[in-house]
Amino acid sequence: MRRLAPSAEEKAARAGLWALTLITVAVLCFIILFILRRGLPVLSFEFLTANPVDMGKAGGIFSTVVGTVALTVLAVLIAAPLGVGTAIYLTEYTWGGPVTRIIRFGAECLAGIPSIIFGLFGFILFVTKLKFGWSILSGGLTLAFMLLPTIIRTSEEAIKSVPPEYRKVSFSLGSTKWQTVTRVVLPSALPGIVTGIVLSIGRSIGETAATIFTAGSALRLPTSLFSSSRTMAVHFYILAREGISMPNAYGTAAILIIAILGINLLTYFLMNRFIRKYS
Amino acid sequence: MAIIEVRDLDFFYGKFQALKKINLDIERNRITALIGPSGCGKTTFLRTLDRMADLIDGVSVTGRILIDGRDIYAPGTDLLALRKKVGMVFQRPNPFPLSVYDNVVYGLRVHGLRDPRALEARLIRSLEAVHLWDELKSRLDENALRLSGEQQQRLCIARLLAVEPEILLMDEPCSALDLAATAAIEDLMAELKKRYTIVIVTHNMQQAARVSDVTGYFLLGELVEIGETRRVFTAPRDPRTEDYITGRFG
Ligand SMILES: Nc1ncnc2c1ncn2[C@@H]1O[C@H](COP(=O)(O)OP(=O)(O)O)[C@@H](O)[C@H]1O
Ligand SMILES: [Mg+2]
Repeated sequence: MRRLAPSAEEKAARAGLWALTLITVAVLCFIILFILRRGLPVLSFEFLTANPVDMGKAGGIFSTVVGTVALTVLAVLIAAPLGVGTAIYLTEYTWGGPVTRIIRFGAECLAGIPSIIFGLFGFILFVTKLKFGWSILSGGLTLAFMLLPTIIRTSEEAIKSVPPEYRKVSFSLGSTKWQTVTRVVLPSALPGIVTGIVLSIGRSIGETAATIFTAGSALRLPTSLFSSSRTMAVHFYILAREGISMPNAYGTAAILIIAILGINLLTYFLMNRFIRKYS
Repeated sequence: MAIIEVRDLDFFYGKFQALKKINLDIERNRITALIGPSGCGKTTFLRTLDRMADLIDGVSVTGRILIDGRDIYAPGTDLLALRKKVGMVFQRPNPFPLSVYDNVVYGLRVHGLRDPRALEARLIRSLEAVHLWDELKSRLDENALRLSGEQQQRLCIARLLAVEPEILLMDEPCSALDLAATAAIEDLMAELKKRYTIVIVTHNMQQAARVSDVTGYFLLGELVEIGETRRVFTAPRDPRTEDYITGRFG
């Protein structure tokens, strides 16, 4: 086959890549529009603020919104400090010795485990062994374990990308390692760390397999950490699978999508302001 | 008495010996320039003086370095106090991505100074010492990365002066600056000499001749010759020094 002239090749590459990007965007838009077209007509203030009635056939989804928020907040509150702390230790306090490698390897393996396995693990450990029952506590802990590897990984990358000069200067002014980490490294790494945390918020909002086994699927409004609660994603799954109400299923899905888009946009906006201030 | 005394200093990166039996005395309130071709250990030597070199994995140091008569490699040396006393200005200006204000008071805060009025007083004094106060007094909240290269390097010096060191180590502090900025920084050094002891590494011989009182010539990890700057440049004792300064080598 004859080779293309470089300029023709460049043109072909441009067109090809453009087409691939277009396909990606088209698929994304299709999914979002598909859900919104069926879900938006159902949405109303009432849908958001009323509890489900009759298994979700009627009423709204308020209790599942509360359940989702509670689980996500709990999971992130646990996973973020653990994950960021581990990342700081791995990047700043060790020199890539065997211990570091084992921890990193462990975290990577954890990242590849399907969420349903986390669900089963959480069920056995938190629900039955520790007797937390189907509860927000069990679900939040399980989700936290599931998020941990992502948070460690993204935080590590963010911390590693902080220029080493900053650390050197900080040490040379007589700072301790901890002062250097908290005053120079973390502020510079914050956009990356926050991005990782937001990604994991998105994942936990959309998670079904890990929560259905651990938080259960009760439709009552949760009142404590020990209440069982259904998340929006689980609600959608049950509504659709059991054929209870497709309109309400799409309504729930629409809210999920809007929430995740909203969180991402908000973070993007905040990070842009932050980055403009610090660089 | 010399403020820094170096005795039989050997330095290894793993098996590679970067410094060989270095012996020298550095006098208070003078500018000592270290010259030599690149890769012959000048930066390494400078970093042994504030013990930043031994942060690197796998290095080993033998011999002694006395600062004010105290061996800084003795076990139990307070490294934080040492680095407060011995400050470093780096090759490239490297302000933190913070405001001008936060940059200058960084070291003070690290050493526990909180009182805003005390911080402000030191901030003004440090910025005045590097002649940045008038330019920057209305821009204290601006991100330091927006300053010009020369302003950034001055700011880095101010950040260092704020913690009141006694010894300033400067590793090719003008190599990222243009001629005018270089001249300005050199003038600044001549002023700072009244209050500080300065050790400057430079591969620019004219600079060494212009600013320094004492010049030492490094070659392949050895300190070949050290002496009064005028004498080293006019009547070098070692033929290798002569080759270097007459441009026959390097
Ligand atoms: N971190 C390091 N690890 C291993 N070798 C190094 C390291 N830093 C410097 N060296 C080596 O030590 C020698 C001296 O380097 P350096 O002190 O930077 O020289 P100079 O500042 O005079 O250019 C060079 O040969 C360099 O390759
Ligand atoms: Mg160097």
